[in-house]
Amino acid sequence: MELTGLTIHELQGLLRRREVTAKQVLMAFLKRIAQVEGKIQAYMAVTGLEALRMASRLDRRRHAGEDAGPLAGIPLAIKDVICTQDVPTTCSSRILDGFIPPYDATVMRRLNQAGMVLLGKTNMDEFAMGSSTENSGYKVTRNPWDLDRVPGGSSGGSAAAVAADLCTAALGSDTGGSIRQPAAFCGIVGVKPTYGRVSRYGLVAFASSLDQIGPMTKDVRDAAILLGVIAGHDTCDSTSVNVPVPDYVAQLGREVTGLRIGIPKEYFIEGMDPEVETAIRAAINVLESLGAKAESISLPHTEYAVATYYLVATAEASSNLARYDAVKYGFRAREAKDLLSMYMKSRQNGFGAEVKRRIMLGTYALSAGYYDAYYLKALKVRTLIRKDFEDTFKRCEVILTPTAPTPAFRLGEKTADPLTMYLSDIFTISANLAGIPGVCLPCGFTRAGLPIGLQLLGKPFDEATLLQVAFAYEQATEWHRRKPPL
Amino acid sequence: MNREPEYEAVIGLEVHAQLLTASKIFCGCSTRFGEAPNSQTCPVCLGLPGVLPVLNKKAVEFAIRTALAVRGLIAAHSIFARKNYFYPDLPKDYQISQYELPLSTGGFVEINNDGMARRVRIRRVHLEEDAGKLLHAGTMDRAEYSLVDFNRCGVPLIEMVTEPDLRTPEAAAEFLKEFRAILQYLEVSQGNMEEGNLRCDANVSVRPTGTAELGVKTEVKNMNSFKNVQRALEYEIERQIRLLKSGQPIVQETHLWDATQGVTLPMRGKEEAHDYRYFPEPDLVPVEISPAWVEEIAASLPELPAERRQRFVQAYGLPEYDAAVLTASKALADFFEECTHRHRDVKLVSNWIMSELLGYLNREGKEITESPVTPAQLAALLKLIQEGVISGKIAKVVFEAMYQTGKSPEAIIREKGLIQITDPEELGRIVDQVLAENPGPVSDFRGGKEKARTALVGAVMRATKGKANPQLVNDLLREKLAGGKVHPEE
Repeated sequence: MELTGLTIHELQGLLRRREVTAKQVLMAFLKRIAQVEGKIQAYMAVTGLEALRMASRLDRRRHAGEDAGPLAGIPLAIKDVICTQDVPTTCSSRILDGFIPPYDATVMRRLNQAGMVLLGKTNMDEFAMGSSTENSGYKVTRNPWDLDRVPGGSSGGSAAAVAADLCTAALGSDTGGSIRQPAAFCGIVGVKPTYGRVSRYGLVAFASSLDQIGPMTKDVRDAAILLGVIAGHDTCDSTSVNVPVPDYVAQLGREVTGLRIGIPKEYFIEGMDPEVETAIRAAINVLESLGAKAESISLPHTEYAVATYYLVATAEASSNLARYDAVKYGFRAREAKDLLSMYMKSRQNGFGAEVKRRIMLGTYALSAGYYDAYYLKALKVRTLIRKDFEDTFKRCEVILTPTAPTPAFRLGEKTADPLTMYLSDIFTISANLAGIPGVCLPCGFTRAGLPIGLQLLGKPFDEATLLQVAFAYEQATEWHRRKPPL
Repeated sequence: MNREPEYEAVIGLEVHAQLLTASKIFCGCSTRFGEAPNSQTCPVCLGLPGVLPVLNKKAVEFAIRTALAVRGLIAAHSIFARKNYFYPDLPKDYQISQYELPLSTGGFVEINNDGMARRVRIRRVHLEEDAGKLLHAGTMDRAEYSLVDFNRCGVPLIEMVTEPDLRTPEAAAEFLKEFRAILQYLEVSQGNMEEGNLRCDANVSVRPTGTAELGVKTEVKNMNSFKNVQRALEYEIERQIRLLKSGQPIVQETHLWDATQGVTLPMRGKEEAHDYRYFPEPDLVPVEISPAWVEEIAASLPELPAERRQRFVQAYGLPEYDAAVLTASKALADFFEECTHRHRDVKLVSNWIMSELLGYLNREGKEITESPVTPAQLAALLKLIQEGVISGKIAKVVFEAMYQTGKSPEAIIREKGLIQITDPEELGRIVDQVLAENPGPVSDFRGGKEKARTALVGAVMRATKGKANPQLVNDLLREKLAGGKVHPEE
């Protein structure tokens, strides 16, 4: 098998036994990127030269008998919303043209310490606002399983890169499903950790109370490895929580016998693709055959999740994105004559349509006279949604749902109608509002050969159980071994 | 005040004070003033993409100290909020402040106004971050370009808001001085308005005296000294009364005080029409303050200005006025008490500080902390007076030299030969000579004109350049004039 097709744990073995060098692994990826990236367009930037230096350094260290870290020599791709010191970070927005962070995000520091090789920064919907990566200000990423389809979003570049073997694994960020939905569309594993589990320091904020960074990988074990590296309390992030990080890998093999899995009836809706529903029902059967107990549950406030999300997320975004004012860095409109026109023209031309739409929505929701009716009301509903989950988790350990109502849709299919686009996150949004963790993993393919994703939701800070269930399912199935026909 | 008595003003103040923490409120950058532009910055206070604030505990402690000193109620649970507005000195284009659920509510400050103690109620005390500073190339309206210095950005501020309990500009200034004294006593802020680490905005309205309903208010900003606060309020109150009298409406708007023209001018509507879209800051967790911590801080509070004033009256027997002047700043009160530790005549110490030292300092616009004369030196001077080494009058000459040179009184007396003549023989010779040279007054005195003796005393003092011991001069004169022995050499 090609080095590029291997998982983190497979590569770890080869590297540790010195059957390959980090440099050889990297060269294999650079070659594959040269061959395939033109079709996929997953990367904003490939940092080949710096990666080469890093890989050589790691090889020397390993040669000298040093422990170069758990991810030594593993090439990773990072969503371009995560700050990387001395490497441009654009959030796929024109407004951040030329911005080079003078600092590393906390997750980057942890990954660097673990020895990873940064392969590049991946394309995304501008400022993580979107479900198809079509809102990138720079390029359109294609789904490796069908180049006429979207990879999902907003972490579409990361998902496509993992699926197309353009990196071993990747980081994404998830505000309303931006890790899980593209993972589903591209047939890979994606984890949205509990809010507060992974430091947000250095993650360019979209909606501060919802954003989380998480792994996007070729299988569940890789997700457990990567999450173990990036999770943990960070004094730079007041909202990160000081809860011990368990050894996720060690807990993967636990039996699922007797585990109660809730199936929310609100998630099997009209208009859902029948092939998706069939695959999900089949997946439930697989888990039951492994000894888990599936039971029907209700999350009664589910129908308000999308509306709530688009008030909370846009309100926070309208404030978070104010700093892109052309004063300090990034794009500045040349034709501006005074301060006000500099602000207006730069933001007008620097932001894309979807970002401006959400800034306006959020500004409106926070405005005097509307705050109570929109923002405050949304916060109250958010509490109810959170309570739905709290109540449910008294009766079961895990909730199982489809990740998205349909498989990957065609490029351009939903760009004309933002509302239809918003609905592709309908199953993922609640987890962000409630702050709970979610895992997406492949559970089948459509007849046309498009991946279908299964979502598992868990109790706060109980990623271990989610990964355990996901791993049990993965061991019993073969979906994760399929490769897109490139 | 030439204010019409049929109207009264209603004034509330909003005061901002920079806290003297070593580092900024949400990052580890230094708060040092006067460093090279943008040298005291990091990704966090520059608001770069992806950064997050982490609350400085010391800033919370200082705010609690202040709130406790004005007898506020410390909230066990308070939250930060974002105040959204665009301005180049605000790198995130929102300010992290507090809105709903501030750190402290309620409380009061007592001020002495027109000889009466008045209570000014405090509405709230909260924490927020300061903004940076713009430097315009040219005037603000016509600048070719502007530069931003973010050193100040993220310096912790407390905002203190009063209830509309003030009725006159003097009372407002009085309140501000008292609040500044509290901040200085607590050592939480420098409280210097001219340097901008204490800032004040005012809400002002007027109404017919005796009515309860509040008039339409205006907000007055940009008053950067106690004097300007008073002048701006005087102007604004008169302006409002003039409008009311001529039947014109008062518009609720923000006015900027123009100190050079001596007027308040309305801000343009566009600059003023802010909807700050406050909402809870999602990057910070709520501030939870335990009763134990509040108690700990309360127990560590120093003596406050009002308490010290009272103690000065009771323990030293000083008049209220002296006590008020001497406790106006902590440094001055400390100076006074350091002198009293070395010199027991408290009233003499007080007189010398108030009339001499403060006189010189005020003339030069200096603070007590800049005094060239130390408490030890002043006490030494007073001791020399008491011991009769110099007269009170000579002491003033010595003091002036001390103030100008910073030298000890002994050194100055030595250099200038100013030691008092207390030797009866030496002084007797001088008195004899004066009597011989002034036959006119001598005979006047003998002819019953008691006043003539004063002229003779003056003549002796002139002859000794003021160094003669006045008591001894009097004694000698009385003796010699009575004895009739005027011309000993005859």
